[in-house]
Amino acid sequence: MYNQTIDQINTQERVARLFSRSIKKESKVQALHLALSMIDLTTLEGKDSPGKVKQLCYKASHLHDNFPNLPHVAAICVYPPMVSIAKKALEGTKINVASVATAFPSGMANLQAKLEEVKSVVNEGADEIDMVISRGKFLSGEYQYVSDEITQVKEACGKAHLKVILETGELVTLDNVRLASDIAMKAGADFIKTSTGKVSPSATPPVVLTMLEAIRDFNNKTGKQIGMKPAGGIGTAKQAIQYLVMINETLGSDWLSPNLFRFGASSLANDILMQIVKQSTGNYQSKDYFSID
Amino acid sequence: MSNRINIQKTYKLYIDGKFPRTESGRYIKWMNKDKSTIINICRGSRKDFRNAIVSARKALSGWSARTAYNRAQILYRIGEMLEGRREQFMAELILQGSSKKDAENEINQSIDCLIYYAGWADKYQQIFSRVNPVSQAYFNFTISEPTGVVSAIAPNDSSLLGLVSIISPVIAGGNTIVILASEKLPICSISFGEVLHTSDVPGGVVNILTGEKTELIEHFSTHMDVNAIIYCGENKDEQKLIETNASLNLKHVVHYKNKKWALENSHSPYHILNTQETKTTWHPIGI
Repeated sequence: MYNQTIDQINTQERVARLFSRSIKKESKVQALHLALSMIDLTTLEGKDSPGKVKQLCYKASHLHDNFPNLPHVAAICVYPPMVSIAKKALEGTKINVASVATAFPSGMANLQAKLEEVKSVVNEGADEIDMVISRGKFLSGEYQYVSDEITQVKEACGKAHLKVILETGELVTLDNVRLASDIAMKAGADFIKTSTGKVSPSATPPVVLTMLEAIRDFNNKTGKQIGMKPAGGIGTAKQAIQYLVMINETLGSDWLSPNLFRFGASSLANDILMQIVKQSTGNYQSKDYFSID
Repeated sequence: MSNRINIQKTYKLYIDGKFPRTESGRYIKWMNKDKSTIINICRGSRKDFRNAIVSARKALSGWSARTAYNRAQILYRIGEMLEGRREQFMAELILQGSSKKDAENEINQSIDCLIYYAGWADKYQQIFSRVNPVSQAYFNFTISEPTGVVSAIAPNDSSLLGLVSIISPVIAGGNTIVILASEKLPICSISFGEVLHTSDVPGGVVNILTGEKTELIEHFSTHMDVNAIIYCGENKDEQKLIETNASLNLKHVVHYKNKKWALENSHSPYHILNTQETKTTWHPIGI
C-alpha cells in the first residue's frame, strides 16, 4: 500500500498547471472526437422509464445524424431493471451496456444481495458493472472487508468488466482516495471510478489526479493497466479536454482510449457535439438543434 | 490629506450579474472631446459574447416565468435606482460631451422610459392577446410569449437613453438580452450595469458588453442560441449581414432606423411586441 500522504497543495497546483493548456483547432477537434467516444451516456434516476432508456440508446447510436463521421459513445449506463431494455435497443451496435449494481448508490445491502444483483444483471447481458464500495466500512477502517467485497463482486462479474466506484465525495481526504484506489485495484477492479453522481462534490480535478497517480504507480509495480472513469459534474467539452490533458500527462497515450478511460456523464455529449459543429461551421450552437439527452 | 489620489473606476463588462473584465485582456482607449480624460474600455471578444449568451439562456426560464406584475415592479425599481444615481450619470453624460441641460433631460427621459414599460409590463398581454372567431367547436385564443434570448446592437449616438429604450421593452416582455453598448459613448452604458445590479434584476437577464461592433456583429447575428436580434443603425452592409446571418436559425430581426429616442412619442407597447412570439391554442368546447 501507498504510505505517503498526498500533498494537497501540490496536487491542486499541478491540476491548475495542466488545466491551463490550450488545445485549439485540429487538435481540439481530435480531442473532442476522442472524448465523445469515451462517454458512458448515463441515466440514473428513480424516474427512469423504458421509454427514456430506449431514447437514450437511440441517442447513443445516432449522436447527431446530420453530421457524418462521428464516433459512437462507449457505453450506456443504466439501473439494473433497464439492462435488458438497453441491451435490446442497442442490438447490432458496438455500444456496451453498463449497469450500476451492489445497491447503488449507497451500497447499503448485505453481500449476498449484492452478489445476486451482479449475477442477475450479467445474465441479462450487461457488459460492464459499476459497483459501489462500502464507504461506511471503509471509513471505519475495515479495509479488508472492502477489499474482499470487491474480489467477490469481481468473481460474480464473470466476463463483464468491473468498475469500482469509490464515491470520493464521502471519503473526505485525498489520502483516503489514494488508499481506496489502491485497495480497489489490488482487489481486481478493471476500472476505478470517482463518484455515483448522487453525492456532492463528485469528480473534482484533484481527486481525479490522485486516482490517476495511483493507477500509474500500480502499473509501474504490476504492469497491469487499470482504467479510470471520472463521473458527475463533467458537463462541458472544455472540462473533458482538460481531463484528457491530465490523463496523457499522468498515464501516457495508452490511456487515451475508451478501453482505459471513460467519462460518466449525461449532458457532456451534447456539449461536445455543439463544439464539434461550432468548429466546423464557425457559429456558436444552440441546444435547440440537438436531440435531448 | 491634501495629496490624496483619487480612486479611479475600472470600467468593466456586465455578464451574469457580475462585472468581469474582458476574457481577452484587450482594451480600447476612450477619450473625451478635449482629450483631458482617458478611460480604458473593455474590448469585448466573441468569447465574452458567448459567455453572456450562456448566462442569458440560463436566466430565461426564471425571468419569463416571473409574473408580469413582478417584472413591472422590477422595471420600476430600476427607475428608482437610476433616480438615486442621477449625480453619477450627470457627470458621465457631461464627460461624454452633453450640456448640463441635455444630460438632465436624458436622465429624466431614461427614468420615464423605465416607468413607461414598467406600466406596460402587466398590460401588453391584454391588448396583444385575443379570442379568435372560428367556425368549429373550438375556443380559439392567441397569446404572446417571450421570443427568448435577444442580442442587440445599441444606438451609437445615445449612451443612456438609447440603451434603456432598447433594454426596457425586451425585458418587460420576459426576454433576456445581451446588448453591445455604443462605441462612441460607452461610459453611461457601462455604469447602467451598476443600476441593474442593485434593482432585483436577476443575473443574466441583462448583459452589457463594450467593444467593436465590426468585430462582434458577426457573432451577434450568427449565434444559434440567439432568438432575436435588434439592430440600431443605418449601415446598409451591416443590415444585410444581420439579415443574412439571422436566416441561419430564423432569428427575428428588429431594426430601429434613424430612431430619435428623445421624442415624446418614441416609446410604444409595439416595441414589446417586437420580441414576442404568437401562440394560438385550439381548445375543444361543447362536446
